[in-house]
Amino acid sequence: MQGRAKVKSQAMSRFEIVTREDFSDVTYLLEFHHPLMAKAARPGQFVIVMSHEHGERIPLTIADFDRNKGTITLVIQAVGKTTREMQQTCQVGTTLYGVVGPMGNPSHTSGAKKVVCVGGGLGVAPIYPQARAFKEGGAYVIGIVGFRTRDLVFWEDKFRACCDEFIVCTDDGSAGIKGLITDGIKLAIATHPDIDELVAIGPPVMMKACAAMTQPHNIKTVVCLNPIMVDGTGMCGGCRVRIGGQVKFACVDGPEFDGHQVDFDDLMLRLRRFKAEEKTALERWSESCRMKNEIETASLSRQSPAYSPDNLLSEPFALPDPFEEVKGG
Amino acid sequence: MAKKKTIRTIPQERAPVREQDPRERARNFKEVVYGFRLEDALHEAERCLLCPDPACVEGCPVSIDIPGFIQKISAKDLRGAYDVITGTNLLPAICGRVCPQESQCEGVCPVGEALEPVAIGRLERFIGDTAIAQGWTNIPYIEPSGFRIGIVGSGPAGMACAADMAKAGCDVTVYEAFHQAGGVLKYGIPDFRLPNAVIDAEIDNLRKLGVKFECNTLVGRLFTIEQMLAEMGFHAVFVGTGAGYPSLLGIPGDSLGGVLSANELLTRCNLMLAREFPSYDTPLPLGRHVAVIGSGNTAMDAMRVCLRLGAENVHCIYRRTKAESPARAEEIHHAEEEGIEFHWLTNPVEILDDGKGNVRGMRCIRMELGEPDESGRRRPVPVAGSEFEFTTDLVVFAIGTNANPIMGQTSKLKLNKRGYIETDANLATSMAGVFAGGDIVTGAATVIEAMGAGRKAARNMKAYLGLRDTDLPYLTDGRGSAGRLFGIDLRERNFARVRVAATANS
Ligand SMILES: Cc1cc2nc3c(=O)[nH]c(=O)nc-3n(C[C@H](O)[C@H](O)[C@H](O)COP(=O)(O)OP(=O)(O)OC[C@H]3O[C@@H](n4cnc5c(N)ncnc54)[C@H](O)[C@@H]3O)c2cc1C
Ligand SMILES: Cc1cc2nc3c(=O)[nH]c(=O)nc-3n(C[C@H](O)[C@H](O)[C@H](O)COP(=O)(O)OP(=O)(O)OC[C@H]3O[C@@H](n4cnc5c(N)ncnc54)[C@H](O)[C@@H]3O)c2cc1C
Ligand code: SF4
Ligand code: FES
Repeated sequence: MQGRAKVKSQAMSRFEIVTREDFSDVTYLLEFHHPLMAKAARPGQFVIVMSHEHGERIPLTIADFDRNKGTITLVIQAVGKTTREMQQTCQVGTTLYGVVGPMGNPSHTSGAKKVVCVGGGLGVAPIYPQARAFKEGGAYVIGIVGFRTRDLVFWEDKFRACCDEFIVCTDDGSAGIKGLITDGIKLAIATHPDIDELVAIGPPVMMKACAAMTQPHNIKTVVCLNPIMVDGTGMCGGCRVRIGGQVKFACVDGPEFDGHQVDFDDLMLRLRRFKAEEKTALERWSESCRMKNEIETASLSRQSPAYSPDNLLSEPFALPDPFEEVKGG
Repeated sequence: MAKKKTIRTIPQERAPVREQDPRERARNFKEVVYGFRLEDALHEAERCLLCPDPACVEGCPVSIDIPGFIQKISAKDLRGAYDVITGTNLLPAICGRVCPQESQCEGVCPVGEALEPVAIGRLERFIGDTAIAQGWTNIPYIEPSGFRIGIVGSGPAGMACAADMAKAGCDVTVYEAFHQAGGVLKYGIPDFRLPNAVIDAEIDNLRKLGVKFECNTLVGRLFTIEQMLAEMGFHAVFVGTGAGYPSLLGIPGDSLGGVLSANELLTRCNLMLAREFPSYDTPLPLGRHVAVIGSGNTAMDAMRVCLRLGAENVHCIYRRTKAESPARAEEIHHAEEEGIEFHWLTNPVEILDDGKGNVRGMRCIRMELGEPDESGRRRPVPVAGSEFEFTTDLVVFAIGTNANPIMGQTSKLKLNKRGYIETDANLATSMAGVFAGGDIVTGAATVIEAMGAGRKAARNMKAYLGLRDTDLPYLTDGRGSAGRLFGIDLRERNFARVRVAATANS
């Protein structure tokens, strides 16, 4: 039964990776082939990826799509077991076990005349298609993205191509302005009193801070929520979030919601549901990688690819947790 | 043939069916009830009176020729029996396990008036399992009709419709959002009631009929129903996307870490195999003291899964009494045997926080039965001052489902006020060429009702396409009063009892 299932699933769908790019130790881009999805995808939507048969279903925002090439681009932060394992195994020519989408309601990128698009942490790439869509819709677009330091900055050229103004914020001031994303927003609000809308994607703390900043100015604020998901079809209720006192399912009712209505504390609480299990999975996996690595070092002469897991393995928990830190946000 | 059997001449006792010991089975995911052996099946087949005007066929939603297949079993022609069943039902190993036979075929069998009725479900399962073990399939000669049919959702409704349309010579593609086909059969009903191997085998049979399965496809979002008809070359579409969307508790504390829907728990455990964590990546919340709210079959499945995952104790919290419980008595019986603690007439009021965002306990209130409500069941009302707290670290809710919104969000299909797809008596929707059936039309119901709907839709789809229908006439139409379908009171909403068993053990 097992063996047959494997053959079947392979024949069923192939999601071949055609491009891979590493922006830093923790951020990487995967572009895979899926013409139908490229045709359907709209800004603000996401996919659910299963990288292998024993894998977890993880939601990832569609960071770009190319209808001519028939591809979908994801930008992923290696934060835990699945995303780090994918960082190792997902290479050009390999295929993902399953990708379903586009999921969620597309964002409304028309109507607004002046828009601020904010991306921090794992939200930098996902904000890009929105900025581009707003621009295509004729809006004046102010892009604000945050990173810890200069080396982590990516897609600056892509953003500049679709933003009328583009502000990079770094924690250490090594690129753009020194400070958090909220400093960038302050700047934008100060210079543009006529902002109609702000869209923010990033860690909940960051989105919470953004919503708090726009509230006094009465600026419409849209945030893209990232609760833990399983099916992404509205069937499990795992992704439930509180919006203005009502419970909504982020996968089918969202993922975008009115930032002034979102109960961010509830979201942050629910993101911690599997902390212990996530730690176990990561430790176990890191250990098995370390052992594999030792065997390899002993046998082969070492060729060290740019995304070598070594630096991850020396300090498995030193990476920023995208959900807890406001870093770059 | 042999001389006519009477109620006195047939074996009086049902063939015994072996079950795993409750203490043993509460720790594993193997099937609870073992299947018949050949001698058991022969014994049970002897109990059939071969009525000339068999009530059981009337009682079966898809009118299987029950005495016909039983007669073949008696003649030890198992292949023949399989041929008889698959003339009407392609999924005997599944139906034999999860159908509510006691309110259908077995419920009307005259043997049941004096003795226990013929164990039709177990015989059906025996034949289904034998066919899987022997690798039998029935692929009729199919003349291509040139029509292309799209099916949305691979649950029992979609599968049944796919099978009938494929047999009518259509080119059928089933689209499924998940990475595996099967619907609730796969992600919901646990292995100890319905092993995944059985579902996969039945799905393979559909493949042999030429049905194509496209998983990882969220219809509505990847392409719409309108596109299927206008651009993708489908001549007709069937929508069987199930109900899904779990109802929420709406009490304080219901978003704490250890509070989840039975659907989430079961999907993680059954489909994502989180019970094998960390060999499989998906995590599963484990509880030592689990409280499950609700008392339908979904709740029973959730409770028994938690027990098998190692919970020390599992409590069932239900606001009415055992008599009103929508789960089958036999299932409650199995759960009781396994050590589930039932708290009837109890309603949760608040889930208590341990200060770290997890569950520490639950506050409940006692209920008593008041006046009957519109469903005819006596309405539970709280007893003033009866609140109490108890310790629990995992709360699972199984209090029903609502309509899945994706089809409504992405198509012009007309929905009713509760969000389910509106159809006419022929299961045709507001859109020409689009039919719908199963839970997305009726709300949460049963496997056989979904299959019946899939077949009914197929029949009307054939009429719509102008294909001659060669299938047996359906007995489901025009029978019974409005609130009843297949002899089941719709309001009961009850599922099958545990009619399970073991390919693994045979
Ligand atoms: C709609 C949506 C869009 C997203 N888009 C992106 C994106 O474009 N790029 C990106 O890098 N990340 C994105 N994420 C987050 C990404 O899904 C998680 O980082 C990933 O699941 C972590 O898996 P892991 O095993 O590597 O880490 P884990 O160790 O399992 O978890 C790390 C953290 O990720 C969160 N998480 C874990 N499992 C899930 C899950 N199944 N669903 C959601 N969150 C989870 C938890 O809060 C946890 O603390 C998105 C999440 C959602 C809901
Ligand atoms: C835990 C549990 C136990 C049960 N036990 C029993 C029992 O013992 N006996 C019994 O008779 N009944 C039982 N039932 C009820 C029975 O399973 C359902 O009534 C039946 O499965 C409904 O079938 P369906 O085909 O309508 O939908 P489903 O089985 O729900 O299948 C729908 C499928 O469509 C897919 N889908 C949804 N949206 C889309 C989309 N947009 N695009 C593509 N695919 C989509 C879903 O992923 C799913 O696979 C149980 C239900 C549950 C939850
Ligand atoms: S009603 Fe009972 S006895 Fe009569 S044919 Fe059917 S199974 Fe046999
Ligand atoms: S992810 Fe399951 S309901 Fe949203």
